Amino acid sequence: MTDLNKLGLAEARDLLRKGETTSVELTQSCLTAIDAAGALNAFVHKTPEIALERAKAADERLKGGDAPAMCGLPIGIKDLFCTKGVDSQAGSRILEGFKPEYESTVSQNLIDSGSVMLGKLNMDEFAMGSSNETSVYGDVVSPWRRGHDDAALTPGGSSGGSAAAVAADLCLAATGTDTGGSIRQPAAFTGTVGIKPTYGRCSRWGVVAFASSLDQAGPMTKTVRDSAIMLEAMAGHDAKDSTSADLAVPDFEAMLTGDIRGKKIGIPKEYHMDGIPAEIDKLWADGTAMLKDAGAEIVDISLPHTKYALPAYYVIAPAEASSNLARYDGVRYGHRATLSAGDGITEMYEKTRAEGFGPEVQRRVMIGTYVLSAGFYDAYYNRARRVRTLIKKDFEDVFAAGVDAILTPATPSAAFGLGEMTDADPVQMYLNDVFTVTVNLAGLPGISVPAGLDAQGLPLGLQLIGKPWEEGDLLNTAYALETAAGFVAKPGKWW
Amino acid sequence: MSIDQSTAAKVAKLARIKVEDDALPALASEFNTILGFIEQLNEVDVDGVEPMTSVTPQRLKRREDVVNDGNQQPKVLANAPDAREGFFAVPKVME
Repeated sequence: MTDLNKLGLAEARDLLRKGETTSVELTQSCLTAIDAAGALNAFVHKTPEIALERAKAADERLKGGDAPAMCGLPIGIKDLFCTKGVDSQAGSRILEGFKPEYESTVSQNLIDSGSVMLGKLNMDEFAMGSSNETSVYGDVVSPWRRGHDDAALTPGGSSGGSAAAVAADLCLAATGTDTGGSIRQPAAFTGTVGIKPTYGRCSRWGVVAFASSLDQAGPMTKTVRDSAIMLEAMAGHDAKDSTSADLAVPDFEAMLTGDIRGKKIGIPKEYHMDGIPAEIDKLWADGTAMLKDAGAEIVDISLPHTKYALPAYYVIAPAEASSNLARYDGVRYGHRATLSAGDGITEMYEKTRAEGFGPEVQRRVMIGTYVLSAGFYDAYYNRARRVRTLIKKDFEDVFAAGVDAILTPATPSAAFGLGEMTDADPVQMYLNDVFTVTVNLAGLPGISVPAGLDAQGLPLGLQLIGKPWEEGDLLNTAYALETAAGFVAKPGKWW
Repeated sequence: MSIDQSTAAKVAKLARIKVEDDALPALASEFNTILGFIEQLNEVDVDGVEPMTSVTPQRLKRREDVVNDGNQQPKVLANAPDAREGFFAVPKVME
């Protein structure tokens, strides 16, 4: 069989179980695709030996009839996840050469479920960015191009390598992480599916920390069904993460009935924003009509504090980052600057961090330092945390009124060109997360589903937001939307 | 609130990031853009609202206060830029 790399998780799983292909064949097909896709710069540390070893073991288990859920399925892992003995740099120079002595819980769960790691995927440095242009490895190039020119486009960020790799069929699926939209925005830009689960659903242990109260891992896949399969494998309680929820993980795939009759879908008026392209508004209206046709009840809702989500995020996330990234001091791991004669420990810290962190990371660490500093803590940090309480209450109120899920656009535009935002001020780039960041602040599950193409032939996504711990119901609504939208476009191969 | 160059230098010092003097004006300007954006939060009435401490209402688990890890000095030191005789090595800390 040719083009095995183009399969999704569910299709490949079913072929493996019928004995119609092997994990080694699937893995080799992906490794070949990866080697031919250097131009995308998605895979930054390839692990073919590990992949083939795990694939062979998976084939044995499949033969023996004791195959776990993702047995033999080749996937990519975002560089933010610590993987034992394999470079794990979070896209940063400061972690150059770092090979963890341990495996993150999520990637271990994926190993335990039989999946096969193909390598590590490019990302914005420390997951700070929306275009994958802050990575020490260089930009990821989207496999998608506009219909009329060859300009290199962003796959989005920060999980840009994951999105590009899935969209270009370099792997069957990939892990992502999402602090303000870093799974959902790149999924929308690349015509793929990405879900950020409820805060606490996936363990953060061994995932390089950016903003601990917002960070969540999730799957990036070709279909909603694949997201259901992979999220179930990734999730679960972990004693090593005190914020990990001690709740049973349901069989998400079994919940995909496609029946959403009687479900109440909220349309928040505050997400109609000035300056949003008419195409996005139309996509949103089309998606609303699809859910209605599928039997859902559409209700207009209000989330009054939406406007304040981004400014609150840009206090809270940098504050937590400044604290989390204090550990990069040139002492325990990664890069240490070459010192001059007479330099003491303070010079070592300052030079190491100036050399090791890129400009966006430096900017956010310093903003975080400022908002936490004496005299400003109350005015900025505590005020932002109060606003966060109000943002969460907005959602609690609509869910209490009977709303089951909320439909919004995933992004304010289609993918833009690499370098196009270089001269914009940082706030312009931050606006990419305007529809996704509320979900992180409220700790809710959110999923991006590809729903159409813009006039230039680029994918656009819609976001569904669900109630806490109800990813199964959310995935089912997403499945109904996916079925109705019938998105099948793929990027033309140019790389 | 406007950040001048000396405040930018102070923040860089607190963050332990070396910023050359000639980079301070641009840095101060970027800070002001971002803080100007953040200032919107002052429009919100937060009287009587508690700052969020945990996004999911959960009680943190407790465990027995016993040693459950350790005895892995070589692993702890394996990634150090400079490790000697079982210790992390750093430049002189005190005169």
